[in-house]
Amino acid sequence: MRGADSVETRARAIRAKIVRMAHAGKTPHVASALSCADVMAALYFSVLRIDPAAPQDEARDRFILSKGHGCMALYAVLAERGFFPEDVLEEYARDGGRLAEHPAPRCVPGIEVATGSLGHGLSLGAGLALAAKIREQSYRVFVLLSDAECAEGSVWEAALFARARGLDNLVAVVDYNKYSAMGATSPYLEPLGEKWRAFGWSCVEIDGHCVEAIAAALWRVPLEASQPTAVIAHTIKGKGVSFMENDLEWHYRPPNDNDLRRALDEIEGHQP
Amino acid sequence: MRNAFIRGLTALAERDQRVVLLTGDLGFKIFDEFAARFPGRFYNAGVAEANMIGVAAGLALGGLKPFVYSIVPFATLRCLEQIRDDICYQEAPVTVVGVGGGYSYGPNGATHHSLEDIAVMRCLPNMTVVCPGDPMEAELGTLATGSHAGPLYLRLGRAGDPKVHEAAVPFSIGSAIVVRNGTDCALISTGGILPVAVAAAKLLESEGIGCRVVSMHTVKPLDEALLHRCAEECGAIFTIEEHSLLGGLGSAVGEWLAASGARCLLRSYGAADRFSHLCGSQEYFRQMQGLTAEKIARRVHEALKEMVRC
Repeated sequence: MRGADSVETRARAIRAKIVRMAHAGKTPHVASALSCADVMAALYFSVLRIDPAAPQDEARDRFILSKGHGCMALYAVLAERGFFPEDVLEEYARDGGRLAEHPAPRCVPGIEVATGSLGHGLSLGAGLALAAKIREQSYRVFVLLSDAECAEGSVWEAALFARARGLDNLVAVVDYNKYSAMGATSPYLEPLGEKWRAFGWSCVEIDGHCVEAIAAALWRVPLEASQPTAVIAHTIKGKGVSFMENDLEWHYRPPNDNDLRRALDEIEGHQP
Repeated sequence: MRNAFIRGLTALAERDQRVVLLTGDLGFKIFDEFAARFPGRFYNAGVAEANMIGVAAGLALGGLKPFVYSIVPFATLRCLEQIRDDICYQEAPVTVVGVGGGYSYGPNGATHHSLEDIAVMRCLPNMTVVCPGDPMEAELGTLATGSHAGPLYLRLGRAGDPKVHEAAVPFSIGSAIVVRNGTDCALISTGGILPVAVAAAKLLESEGIGCRVVSMHTVKPLDEALLHRCAEECGAIFTIEEHSLLGGLGSAVGEWLAASGARCLLRSYGAADRFSHLCGSQEYFRQMQGLTAEKIARRVHEALKEMVRC
């Protein structure tokens, strides 16, 4: 898919919204949102069975942003996909606004659950996936985790549970941008794929910035019958804005006026 | 109370297809009949309480009515943030069932004592806290969760708790039960210590003091209308609980008294703010904390005499 409606184009629009929100809201976590922008674009514009006009449809696929601090990417993609008007994004990080720096439950259409404390999303997702099995519904549940979040014990409790229950309608996508809030994650996470496989999950590793690769992997789930799927998306923290890439400063620092201009030049200047 | 809970839950599951039971690898054999009767609606989630709570919240958001079961500290404190974020914040209709309220698991040591759970569950927004006073209340309380829409904490005793109600009584969440009438003072109890409160009232009656005994099975929301009546008609309220004096029923009634403008004497009896390092039965720990009928009756009598002198 190419042109104005391509997933790549959507990803660029999402990135532009992210940096605008971080700038206007003067908030941290811009790099965390940027690292998952391509995954979010692929999910919402290629993979998820959703209808913005029927956000509560029982048959909808469920998406949980377990790395709640990346919520600018979620708000941006929901607006881009038409779940609510673009101007709602102006409520981000404003007093009395609906869009907090970690999403509140049902704050706007399309938000399934509140997240913010790490290590909660996969259990919630396992519960939703089990509910689908019990109620004989065909929806799938996609949970996006951060790599640093995989240090939470509850993630692995959920991994054990999902495998034991054969939740092949559950997909964990790890946004493996190689950074926690304070440093590198690889030294304690590697070998990450082997960990998921050892817990009985099917696991593939992909380039988390290649939307074709992301969509192709997610279209194939479940990879094996009765097994949940882990997709490890190798990403770059701050991807798409060169001066934010692989620099932990941008886990904390909001973009100033000049940063915003330079970021938008890069994002919107790179037309196909 | 444990068996009464399972009886109530079985009746509930019979008429509500959404009922699902999860246990944190506790309750050997007691759920066999439930599991056989309701295939696909019983899950042993393993020794992983944080995940169990998250899964229950997900099940609730997926249209089911989950109950999670474990011993009180593991059902409440181990997974507290999951209860706060995944159940209460989302308003997920999950019932957290804690078995072993107070010193029910006395000999197991302080890791298994539950003396903080009411305080901690009570301060969570959207959480309702129900502590049945005897097996009948446990069964009726479990049935009552069927029509309750939000998060709920159900604090049970254990197997073999003594009965107070021989037959079914009207039970609704948030409405306390007057177990015994009297107007000299009100003994307001929550949880499995209720039979002790009744026994204390009988001792006091033999000394000419007529005690109203109330089972305040719902600690949140409190039955404020009944508290007002107790304050007006009795003039003295004594709260009794097998729980820390910090944050439980006594605190809740004290908060109500401070805010309500009601005027009455209030004394709270419960567990002191310290861990036990000794081995002991439930009865032993109740003795140590002054939570026996004799000790409560004596303290109430002295407080009432003091009040008359003032």
